[in-house]
Amino acid sequence: MSTDVKVPQQLPATKHTAPEGVKLPIYMDNHATTPMDPRVLEEMLPYFMEKFGNAASRNHSFGWAGEEGVETARERIAKLIGATTKEIIFTSGATESDNLAIKGVAEMYREKGNHIITAVTEHKAVLDTCKRLEKYGYRVTYLPVQKDGLIDLEDLKRAMDDKTILVTIMAANNEIGVLQPITEIGKLCREKGVIFHTDATQAIGKIPIDVNKNNIDLASISAHKMYGPKGVGALYVRRKNPRVQISAIIDGGGHERGMRSGTLNVPGIVGLGKACAIASEEMSHEAAKLSGLRDRLRDRIMSRLDETYINGSMEHRLPGNLNISFAYVEGESLLMGINDIAVSSGSACTSATLEPSYVLKALGAGDDLAHSSIRFGIGRFNTEAEVDYVADRVIETVERLRELSPLYEMAKEGINLKDVKWAGEAH
Amino acid sequence: MSYSDKVIDHYNNPRNVGSLDKSSTDVGTGLVGAPECGDVMKLQIKVNPQTSVIEEAKFKTFGCGSAIASSSLATEWVKGKTVDEALTIKNMDIVKELSLPPVKIHCSVLAEDAIRAAIGDWKKKQETAKPVAVEAK
Repeated sequence: MSTDVKVPQQLPATKHTAPEGVKLPIYMDNHATTPMDPRVLEEMLPYFMEKFGNAASRNHSFGWAGEEGVETARERIAKLIGATTKEIIFTSGATESDNLAIKGVAEMYREKGNHIITAVTEHKAVLDTCKRLEKYGYRVTYLPVQKDGLIDLEDLKRAMDDKTILVTIMAANNEIGVLQPITEIGKLCREKGVIFHTDATQAIGKIPIDVNKNNIDLASISAHKMYGPKGVGALYVRRKNPRVQISAIIDGGGHERGMRSGTLNVPGIVGLGKACAIASEEMSHEAAKLSGLRDRLRDRIMSRLDETYINGSMEHRLPGNLNISFAYVEGESLLMGINDIAVSSGSACTSATLEPSYVLKALGAGDDLAHSSIRFGIGRFNTEAEVDYVADRVIETVERLRELSPLYEMAKEGINLKDVKWAGEAH
Repeated sequence: MSYSDKVIDHYNNPRNVGSLDKSSTDVGTGLVGAPECGDVMKLQIKVNPQTSVIEEAKFKTFGCGSAIASSSLATEWVKGKTVDEALTIKNMDIVKELSLPPVKIHCSVLAEDAIRAAIGDWKKKQETAKPVAVEAK
């Protein structure tokens, strides 16, 4: 089975020819999604045709085959995060898991309190869920982050009060890859009797996550961020020390211990399970490889280009993540110049809202650097030769665009861009 | 987002990139946009004082591909026109020529603003540079 990744090309092929061993286009956007591992697909295939049974069919072999696949997957997921099988609830993905965790706790513990704490750099699946709860009378504190993208534990301590029922802070950020101090956050929550949910979508399978060591009560998991299929995920729900209860948001046949009704996506779940099994085996080796590639990319780019800035902590960071701002160059135009490489930008122009990345803005680096940012997501199938090619293409394109940039010219003339009265500032 | 062939062409082969001497009385400079907004265009024109014809135009742009293409096209269009003719260029002409999608219309607006700012700067210089000539009329 081939591991080639086919990316639809929107732009005509560039004149660039790939070096030996590199196939264009290169996919280096593994925080958006990952290609499926062929081993995952292989494991899933029987569950489409021969083993098509409904895992909830208790009285025939078709159902039993489906159930067996699901339960094996449950074991594999539980093993990866140090949980028990009864603590794994299958969902359609991390967005649903986040919704279920937050809304489920909010409803279940309404008597106890109405205060939720999260952070400004969370994924929209968390932020917008919290915003909706505000409409229903919940109080939400959005913690700021420090320059390195991490929350200040003192801020969290101060924000907690006797009405706080839930803290939801992500394990790893999807844009800048920074790792929040979840063990300490979980510990604080334990002490105060507050439930701790973590959106671990980007972290699980990439770095060691152990729900007991990390003091996690609820964790969102997604398959397609870890070389599994799209449309399937899970929510870890702690059963003891303390027992956490959540209200369902999808009602029906009472699947998944009543927490998430709906016929199980058996092939998807089998795929998620296999992805977790592979991660259990290979994570430590893979993390070392990815951080090596990531540092190689960073060093190659930064040794050749001045005024490039890394967004977020380098120390507390996912192995495969690099987020760099290239001063005086706008992100979308940079993406256009490296159109044989799939990466993404925090530039406003790449979003529907015309606003630059709220995550980068939260770091306080200024909107101009948010517009100039590129996120590289190095994954399982990237190679050293690809990293070198990407670095060289980025360098060459940034140099070309800086020659085209009035800001670069002004900066070279010694003008402080912060002192300029810009005509369009009202925009 | 997919780009039109013309945008890609201007992006890959931008016309008239560069700078003119902004202290020269024949040169008008327009600098529009803001780094915080993700777009800054600098458009410069060199005008023949006798004929008011724009003999040279140069640009530099910080912005997306559509912004680069809009300003590149603007320099092509103003060249050879008199300043008054150049003022008739409308942003929607740029939108049409480059097939810009609605989300990129602001790039064309910025290019029109840049043309107007450059011509405005040149006109201002003419008023201050030739008080004698004005009086002689």
